[in-house]
Amino acid sequence: MKYVGKGVPKIDSLRIATGHPVYTEDVVPANPLVVKILRSPHAFAKIINIDTSKAAELEGVVCILTHRDVPKTRFTLAGQSYPEPSPYDRYILDEIVRYVGDEVAIIAAVNEKIALRAMELIKVEYEVYEPVLDFETAHEHPSVVHPETDLICNVDIAMQQDKNIVCSHYQEIGNVEQEFAKCAVVVEETYYTQAQAHAMMETYRAVSYLDHTGRLVVTSSTQIPFHIRRQLARALEIPASKIRVIKPRIGGGFGGKQTGAVEVFAALVTLKTGQPAKIVLDRRETFTCTTSRHAMRIKVRLGADEEGYIRALDIEGLSDTGAYGEHAPTVFWVLGEKTLPLYNKTRAVRYHGKVVYTNKMPAGALRGYGATQGTFALESAVNKLAEKLHMDPTELRLKNIIRAGETSLAYHGKILGSSTLHQCIERGKEMIRWQEKYPRQEISPNKVRAVGMAVTMQGSGIAGIDTASAEIRLNDDGNYTLLLGSTDMGTGSDTILAQMAAEVLETSLDRIIVHAADTDISPFDPGSYASSTTYVTGMAVVKAAMDLVAKIIAQGAFLLGVPEEEVTFNGEVLQCGEKTLTLQKLAELTVLGTGKLQLVGHGTFGSDVSPPPFVAGFAEVEVDRETGKVELLDYVAVVDCGTVINPNLARIQVEGGIVQGIGLALYEDVKYDAKGNMLTNSFMQYKIPCRKDIGNIRVAFEESYEPTGPFGAKSIGEVVINTPAPAIAHAVYNAVGVRVTKLPITPEKVFQGLQKK
Amino acid sequence: MQIEATINNQKMTLEVAPDELLSDALRARGFLSIRQGCDTSCCGLCTVWIDGKPTLSCTTLAFRVKGKHITTIEGVRQQAEEFAQVLAAEGAEQCGFCSPGFIMTVLAMKQELKNPTEQEIIHYLTGNLCRCTGYLGQLRAIKKYLGGA
Repeated sequence: MKYVGKGVPKIDSLRIATGHPVYTEDVVPANPLVVKILRSPHAFAKIINIDTSKAAELEGVVCILTHRDVPKTRFTLAGQSYPEPSPYDRYILDEIVRYVGDEVAIIAAVNEKIALRAMELIKVEYEVYEPVLDFETAHEHPSVVHPETDLICNVDIAMQQDKNIVCSHYQEIGNVEQEFAKCAVVVEETYYTQAQAHAMMETYRAVSYLDHTGRLVVTSSTQIPFHIRRQLARALEIPASKIRVIKPRIGGGFGGKQTGAVEVFAALVTLKTGQPAKIVLDRRETFTCTTSRHAMRIKVRLGADEEGYIRALDIEGLSDTGAYGEHAPTVFWVLGEKTLPLYNKTRAVRYHGKVVYTNKMPAGALRGYGATQGTFALESAVNKLAEKLHMDPTELRLKNIIRAGETSLAYHGKILGSSTLHQCIERGKEMIRWQEKYPRQEISPNKVRAVGMAVTMQGSGIAGIDTASAEIRLNDDGNYTLLLGSTDMGTGSDTILAQMAAEVLETSLDRIIVHAADTDISPFDPGSYASSTTYVTGMAVVKAAMDLVAKIIAQGAFLLGVPEEEVTFNGEVLQCGEKTLTLQKLAELTVLGTGKLQLVGHGTFGSDVSPPPFVAGFAEVEVDRETGKVELLDYVAVVDCGTVINPNLARIQVEGGIVQGIGLALYEDVKYDAKGNMLTNSFMQYKIPCRKDIGNIRVAFEESYEPTGPFGAKSIGEVVINTPAPAIAHAVYNAVGVRVTKLPITPEKVFQGLQKK
Repeated sequence: MQIEATINNQKMTLEVAPDELLSDALRARGFLSIRQGCDTSCCGLCTVWIDGKPTLSCTTLAFRVKGKHITTIEGVRQQAEEFAQVLAAEGAEQCGFCSPGFIMTVLAMKQELKNPTEQEIIHYLTGNLCRCTGYLGQLRAIKKYLGGA
């Protein structure tokens, strides 16, 4: 293969790296109104009165909108295919505010200074309610976060609004209790995973204006342009045909930009004033007023027989969605979907629990999407089981994990198409030198080194729901335009999709123009989330390219006057016996002279399955017995993502995901005070890993071939974040015998654990 | 107030407000490579050189550059592209939002440190955050760039 499997640089790398104006804020129309949001100082309150008169008098203030001035249709900001499982529980502005930072008023002024001055002049009277802050008792709380009567659920998620329960879930296959009764060894533990911030470097931002036909144009740093258009249409009560959403280059997303945090505010200002408007959240707003990972409590029970086969698996979850239910049910379901099938020697499995509303910043999509939380709990429990069984945890896994060609209780008869997870474990063991190092080495009286491990799986796209399309146009000069609706957030997806197209079209990468994404121009794509771009959009691209090749051959045969079946095409020349026609000539003839027909290939793909990529992760840590400090020395990740389309970009995806996972494991934690104010609202308080925090990371691939994927590829974006937390927790336990069950693994927790021993 | 400063080797007269930050002043004058990632001097995205030294423009008041030389990545295009090519070959620029500030720091390091060790490189760049790459690809690129330069 000429392009697939090659580590070519990203097609947009030089321009973005050297600071050219390519992001949302760089392509703003002249003199936009600056939009600022007045936010609630209370975790839960009702707005009794808002006096905007003084602010409105200020010169340069163009409009101030409160809950009295906005459309009253409930909607969700979750970027999901319609009908979204997330409840429609928002207004653009509501008279009830549900967390510190919830929107109270929209201010638009000619510049930022005036907008901020106006904000100070708005007087708001609140009736303050008792907030619901502890997610573990939210369902018993006398306060109801969503007392409204017009909340809508598109699908039955078993909501109990009066008990602050967004969603309840129960899935049992086989009889779990009966199987536990038969097990020789049973372990049980309750784990807590914290809220995590996305902390992408480009904060949330959008720009809006009216075009020459009066349509609303919104340029946004978003992962989901088509979902944003639909959201805006609903929230603003205007037809989607009146809206165009453009996505320029994106400065990171990680799932955060799968939630429409800002677009509606700029758009509403433009609709009300007719003027261009821009909203840019600062870092503090990004931390406090958007979304984070769902914090969860996860109770795991595992039962095994005497030989070490895991026979019963029971997971009970409780998830904190905060003030609004964006992604609340789906993140919860994914936790079960991506953990239950992994160990398939089970005879009964169960996954159940609830998601609750609280008066904190909403949770939303974040890389890993529930699988991360589930992996920490399940893998920690598997490591505990291994100890109880006196088995090496790598051996326990090799014995129990699903293989290609097998099914799993949770798969309901479907067969796993590809997996090299067994090889990933074997290779990772060698790379970390497990046999020598497991479980620990004493370095000095204080310092102990130890290794730990975990495995994980994710999916590739959303089976049976998300479907993407792609188009490839043969241009007049023999070049191609690849039209996509997906979003490259920096991952390099535009590049790898072009690599796939180039492979099928047998052309060079520089002859493919990639255009993504603009809802007026791009074919429909649900967006870049759920690890779908390589797999779902990728397959659509392959189909579109194949469609175009067939059309090139058909048109070539027509122009040559020969039967289609006898024509060959090598990317440059169409040939039938002695007769030849170059692609360039054919392209020319699509717009000139006889046989005019511009050729466009179309491809649409949605999968019945969501093939899981796998990772085996191994951590080596050094723990200081005196202080509880954990230093990560080495991390080995061996990945099965099917065929690696671009090894360089895939490697960086893994390294970046591992570091985000290390952050989750050791440093990052969204914290609130007793009144619901977020304490971790800057990079001073919210610690993402810096260069000194990550030790060494080594990545290897064990390729498999996914039969349903483009060139055998599966996804890679999310799965890579899942293993660090359980593997590091395992290593810490192996070092000093302290089992940290509540992330992050801080020195305080390790130290306190050591004191209790 | 009015100040004179040299931006990318061009003498300019700037009208700046007393509370205007250098990052805002530069962006307003079309130097759109200036990015902001935090408001607390934590992330390094807004790094420019003032008299050759890497400085955070989001916490420098614009009037303080009076009479000084400011260099943005637009002023060192060729050097920046040379390194960016190495970075891209490694696949390590990803979303690119942090790249201008990062590259300005790397180029300053190259001028300041002779044959830096890996630890010295990491230390020099600790103030430049990146959420996409996991840093290691950037480190590989820097080592190649310094080795080959």
